[in-house]
Amino acid sequence: MQFWIIQGLNSLSLGGLLFLLSSGFSLIFGLMRLANLTHGAFFMLGTYFGATALRSFDGLNIWVTALGAGIAVAAIGGLFERLVLTRLKTNPLGQVLVTLGMSFIISDACLLLWGGDSIPVPTPQNLQSPTRVLGFVFPTYRLVLVGCAIAAAIVLYFLLDRTRLGAMIRAGVDDPQMARAVGIPVSNLFTIVFCLGAGIAGAGGVLGGPILSAYPGLDADMLPLALIVVILGGIGSLLGAFIGSFIIGFIYTFGTALFPELAYIILFLPMIFVIAFRPQGLFGRVGA
Amino acid sequence: MKWIAAAPLAALLVLLPSLAGDFYVNLASQILIAAIFALSLNLLVGYGGMTSLGHASYLGVAAYISALLTSRYGFGHGPAAIISIAGTTAMAAFFGVIALRATGLGFLMITLALSQVLWGLAYRMSGVTNGDNGIAGLTRPMPFGISLESAASFYWFALIVASFAFLMKAIFVSSSFGSSLKGVRDQPRRMAALGFNPWMIRWLTFIYAGFWGGVSGLLYVYYNKYIHPTSLSITSSAEALLGVIAGGTGTLGGPVVGAALVLLLKNYVSAYIERWNMLLGLVFLFIVLVMPTGIVPGMRRLATALRRGSR
Repeated sequence: MQFWIIQGLNSLSLGGLLFLLSSGFSLIFGLMRLANLTHGAFFMLGTYFGATALRSFDGLNIWVTALGAGIAVAAIGGLFERLVLTRLKTNPLGQVLVTLGMSFIISDACLLLWGGDSIPVPTPQNLQSPTRVLGFVFPTYRLVLVGCAIAAAIVLYFLLDRTRLGAMIRAGVDDPQMARAVGIPVSNLFTIVFCLGAGIAGAGGVLGGPILSAYPGLDADMLPLALIVVILGGIGSLLGAFIGSFIIGFIYTFGTALFPELAYIILFLPMIFVIAFRPQGLFGRVGA
Repeated sequence: MKWIAAAPLAALLVLLPSLAGDFYVNLASQILIAAIFALSLNLLVGYGGMTSLGHASYLGVAAYISALLTSRYGFGHGPAAIISIAGTTAMAAFFGVIALRATGLGFLMITLALSQVLWGLAYRMSGVTNGDNGIAGLTRPMPFGISLESAASFYWFALIVASFAFLMKAIFVSSSFGSSLKGVRDQPRRMAALGFNPWMIRWLTFIYAGFWGGVSGLLYVYYNKYIHPTSLSITSSAEALLGVIAGGTGTLGGPVVGAALVLLLKNYVSAYIERWNMLLGLVFLFIVLVMPTGIVPGMRRLATALRRGSR
């Protein structure tokens, strides 16, 4: 019983992390029709930033660190979008290839700067003591992480559904040409959304640090999970990314715990089913 | 005219081992293997308009099957080769069914996800694949009792396979099926209206490309006598894709030139610095931003312009 509850909680926290990763990916894909293969690298960059900051300044608040790293990664993403991606507007394949090139550059730069050893990220002190609920002991930080993902989902939902910016983004997703015609600055929106997506991934990287720790290859581990989440949930759908993240979180955690060698195959089964029976994903729109 | 120009090149290729040292002969063997691989990817990318970021799957899986069968289960090289090519082709048929539910970026993401799954398996299933240690101590086959241990003999073996592969792909591309493939790439709806089945054409091409990917994987494992999960990684797929795009998609010579360039760059740079991945990324950015149509079409355009200028 203890096993199932603890693994269930681990699944939830991994799902929360995956949401922080894949919501940005899905948002960028929805608006820009761009499969941003740098996304795993943005996440890893956030983890390394967080690891460095939290280890060099004692007692630094993890939320402040996540915010700072998120802004830093968002700035890097924004520069990349402005300097490189905008030049390739008419060449979607070229855009994907430069994001792939960029992910190689970032991951190799991380290897150069931080070396090949894995760097553990300390869990915040006030969240280290376990929480007891109904006689079961839970690691507090993982619970908080799930809360973070839910909070992020709510904020993103309000941003997209209730604000003027969100309305403009939705207009851009539905019909970019028409949105331009009525005076919405779609290319500025591209930059904003790209920064936002990169920033969430960077902040998510910091928050995931205490669980995953920073190591070379973290990007290559996270990117396929993000891809599977958005293929499963439906590309460009926030709800799809949310549900998909928790489904994959559960499958991956229980798969790794029960059948460690086959975890990857189990991970890919739901993807095959969804592609076979609902190619647009669980919450994707037809033709999107 | 074209054939007369090709003759010295052919002579050079055949006589290379007597002209150059073992280092260069080995490098040439590697280029031939990379060229077969890049050509098979180009069938998808260039002629089919299907950009796959998971082509390393076919190279890696064929190599792993052959390595496992010969080293662990005592198979001879002949049956092992047949089983691994058949297995890889069957896998391509299965992956094709999944990936071809989507086109464009969806196709790219699915091929990438599938290949990352295989890469993860190769790492994690250490009971079978030996994980990060890879499988070492493999042997090269002895076709008709001829040893391929020397650099020159392996080079000739690779050259024979590569020439055959080149010929087969040239025939494929210029056949009526190749024309319908290009038709499906450019105008899938019209092709469907004309009674063709775009999905079937794409799927058969996907399987054919997987088959040749498997052949290059066999040569790869014969050459290295070692296999490691990195051969299944996204870097491996990306190197091949860079070769195809750098050389020029949709041409027969382009991927060969591009694959050779990537391999030379990798070998040359690795001798001096460790930062191959960063350089690979920078070259990606450079090629896409500056030379989007590739080197071979670029050169051809230059040649046409010069010829016109001289008249």
